[in-house]
Amino acid sequence: MPLLQLADVEARYGATRALHGISLTVGEGEIVAVLGANGAGKTTTLRAVSGTVRRSGEITLAGRKLGRRGPEVVARMGIAHVPEGRGTFAGLTVRENLKLGAYTHRGRTPKVDYDRMLELFPWMARREGQQAGTLSGGEQQMLALARALMQRPRLLLLDEPSLGLAPTIVAEIFRIVRALNEEDGLSVLLVEQNAVIALETAARAYVLEVGRVVLTGTSDDLRRDESVRRSYLGY
Amino acid sequence: MTRQRSTVLGVELALFAAAVGVLAILPHWLSDFRASEVAYVGVYFIAIIGLNILTGYTGQISLGHGAFMAIGGYTTAILVGHHSMRDLWTIPLAGLVAGAAGLLFGVPALRLSGLYLALATFAIAVSLPAVLKKFDHFTGGTQGIQLFGRPNYTGKGYQNVHVLGQTLTFNNWLYYLTWTIAAVLFLVAWALLGGRAGRTFRAIRDSEIAATSSGVNLPMYKTLAFGISAFYAGVAGSLFALATTFVNPDTFPIVLSLYLLIGAVVSGLGSLWGIALGALFIQYLPFLSSKYISKAPGAPSVAYGVILVLVVVLLPLGAAGLLKRIGVPLTNRLFKRS
Amino acid sequence: MAQFLQQVVSGLATGGVYASLALALVLIYRSTRVINFAQGEMGMFTTFIALWLIDAGWPYWGAFFATLGMAFVGGVLLERVVIRPVERAPVVTVVIVTIGLLIALNGAAFWIWGGETRSFPSAFSTRAIHVGGVAFSIQDFGVIGVSLGAVLLLYLFFRFTKLGLALRAAALNPEASRLVGVRVSWMLALGWGFAAVLGALSGMMVAPLVFLDPNMMRAVLLYALSAAILGGLDSPLGAVVGGLSLGVGLNLVSTYVGFVGDELKLPVAFVVILAVLLVRPVGLFGRTTVRRV
Repeated sequence: MPLLQLADVEARYGATRALHGISLTVGEGEIVAVLGANGAGKTTTLRAVSGTVRRSGEITLAGRKLGRRGPEVVARMGIAHVPEGRGTFAGLTVRENLKLGAYTHRGRTPKVDYDRMLELFPWMARREGQQAGTLSGGEQQMLALARALMQRPRLLLLDEPSLGLAPTIVAEIFRIVRALNEEDGLSVLLVEQNAVIALETAARAYVLEVGRVVLTGTSDDLRRDESVRRSYLGY
Repeated sequence: MTRQRSTVLGVELALFAAAVGVLAILPHWLSDFRASEVAYVGVYFIAIIGLNILTGYTGQISLGHGAFMAIGGYTTAILVGHHSMRDLWTIPLAGLVAGAAGLLFGVPALRLSGLYLALATFAIAVSLPAVLKKFDHFTGGTQGIQLFGRPNYTGKGYQNVHVLGQTLTFNNWLYYLTWTIAAVLFLVAWALLGGRAGRTFRAIRDSEIAATSSGVNLPMYKTLAFGISAFYAGVAGSLFALATTFVNPDTFPIVLSLYLLIGAVVSGLGSLWGIALGALFIQYLPFLSSKYISKAPGAPSVAYGVILVLVVVLLPLGAAGLLKRIGVPLTNRLFKRS
Repeated sequence: MAQFLQQVVSGLATGGVYASLALALVLIYRSTRVINFAQGEMGMFTTFIALWLIDAGWPYWGAFFATLGMAFVGGVLLERVVIRPVERAPVVTVVIVTIGLLIALNGAAFWIWGGETRSFPSAFSTRAIHVGGVAFSIQDFGVIGVSLGAVLLLYLFFRFTKLGLALRAAALNPEASRLVGVRVSWMLALGWGFAAVLGALSGMMVAPLVFLDPNMMRAVLLYALSAAILGGLDSPLGAVVGGLSLGVGLNLVSTYVGFVGDELKLPVAFVVILAVLLVRPVGLFGRTTVRRV
């Protein structure tokens, strides 16, 4: 049974329909990518999973239906969403951002989780008291990722982590994601415009166009596909 | 003008004429005391039109319209009470003085958006009584100004008045005075709001940014709205003074401003047609509340507050919205027939 | 000189009252962008409840804390029942709802307890204490202490507890807060609860000075609004500094500027509001910008 399953999911913003029946799966321990142009519905797909947008259709996490549950509850079910634009709390410190990640856990923030983050992102150890809003783009992205990891999620939703960042930072972030997947078995649903790095990181991918899945397969297959090469890989 | 539009216009004019007709003969059935009550309804009617122009049409919220009424009321009181001017002339004067104050306040108000404007107008209304008490040389201080029996005060507060060959009791005189002025001012507002100015006002309310980029001179229109709205309140205040026969700092308390707002909300912001209901509501709620809820002081306020909240939550378009919901299908029917 | 110091201390005391109420206003504004015009009446109403308990035989401090507790619950309930339905409505609509609340609470107080002024016991003795040869009122020091103490407790709560962090997060970034599992809606209700507690505190501290009646908090509300605007509507520090400064400032102005005296303190507060909004709308410590077209 796959960890995450979407069956015929539709989503709308007010009167406009953004998803016209999306079906996809993410297996336990898999990294799956969602590709597509601007406005294809990639971000909306993640929002549908985390419950941030009104959706219909069936979404199941490890066999449990998400139904109409909102983000507060979905977070408690083990889904961590790093939204487009990072979603860091700019007015709070690095330490406070991390602590919020562990909000759904009872009691005080587990020290072992916190220390793990400092291990993964050593620069945070020196800047715990700094306001998140004053961090660079790359640092904010890493903070957002760390915050999500503090939730000890079963599934990580990553929305456009490469947006606005320099290639070296992007490479570092994806290296960390891959390491977490290989070492800890973290399952990831990744939305990316940068198809090259997405297909390098993910095992499988879906291609979206105007709110529908038009293509799916393993990363290798998609890299060889004519249309994908022309539209998203540039050669 | 489309056929539907001219039908609607025709219906509105007919309604207006009917209302005028009813108002003209109503006093025959009203007791003298009731007539003075309905005169107050007329006063609130005028004030609410003013507030509606400001809040309903240009979207500038005012929690201090009672202060403009106070300016109008005190102008009349000072002119009639201290200087023995003919009271009827003071009515437009009071409107102009209040209107000038409105224009004056409208300028700094341009810099204040919704919430801050509400705050500033609230502050004016709360602090005005203190100012009125302080400058007692002008305003009569805490005692206020007494109009009863003054020369050039039509009816002097108790006498019969002879006008157009008729003899009216003082209260009936008040009734006809306020409602004649109310009818005239209603027509003026209707003409103003139905035309270019009205559309501009509404455009400002809906989106200031869009309006500006369409070339609307935002500061001019917004200040103008303040001035006109204050003029109406000033006239209402003047009539209020004449009806009450005196003014003092407690005649125009902060709650008056809040009740006017309630009246405007209940009537339906952004439309003239529900205003009579709003005015009736303000005048008669205390009475209805003491009859059906409790005689205790304070009960009417609880009713006001609860109703305000309910109307805002459940019926955001107020009475006018309700009327529209009933009226539009009706005029549609008429249009189809003709 | 002695008079100056006395005026400063008594100004700090009234300033503490304004600061508490101003902080309540800021708490709600930060999380909802709404000014709760009913904050004063909520404080007045709970002060009446405190008096009712005291008249029923409760010891002062027992009634004091019980009232704070009831204020908290009342604030949460009000948010859930009255404000929640209009949570997503434009700010002006919510403001009108708070006005409705103001009117209803004022009327309810009149209805239940009538309009006569009553005396309210002070937590502190009204005797004088002599410091450096100058006579000060113990009560003033007490009020300053209680107000600042409450502010400090609240600060510690927000800074060092998990719930406090969640409340801050919900106010700063509701969307991201939901993603980490914070129930933003309930955070708003808690905010109203804490604000109500501050309002009750403000009311119980000022009642011994001005006597209790349903209109008691009307002026205090205006001063608190002034203080909050002066300090910056989204700055808790600003509310406290603004409140204390306004208290001292008004006292000094009314003592030393004969024209103003006691009668024109309210208009002075209005002038402060207008001046700040026109010159530096974000206030002394605020950060959000006021849109201008």
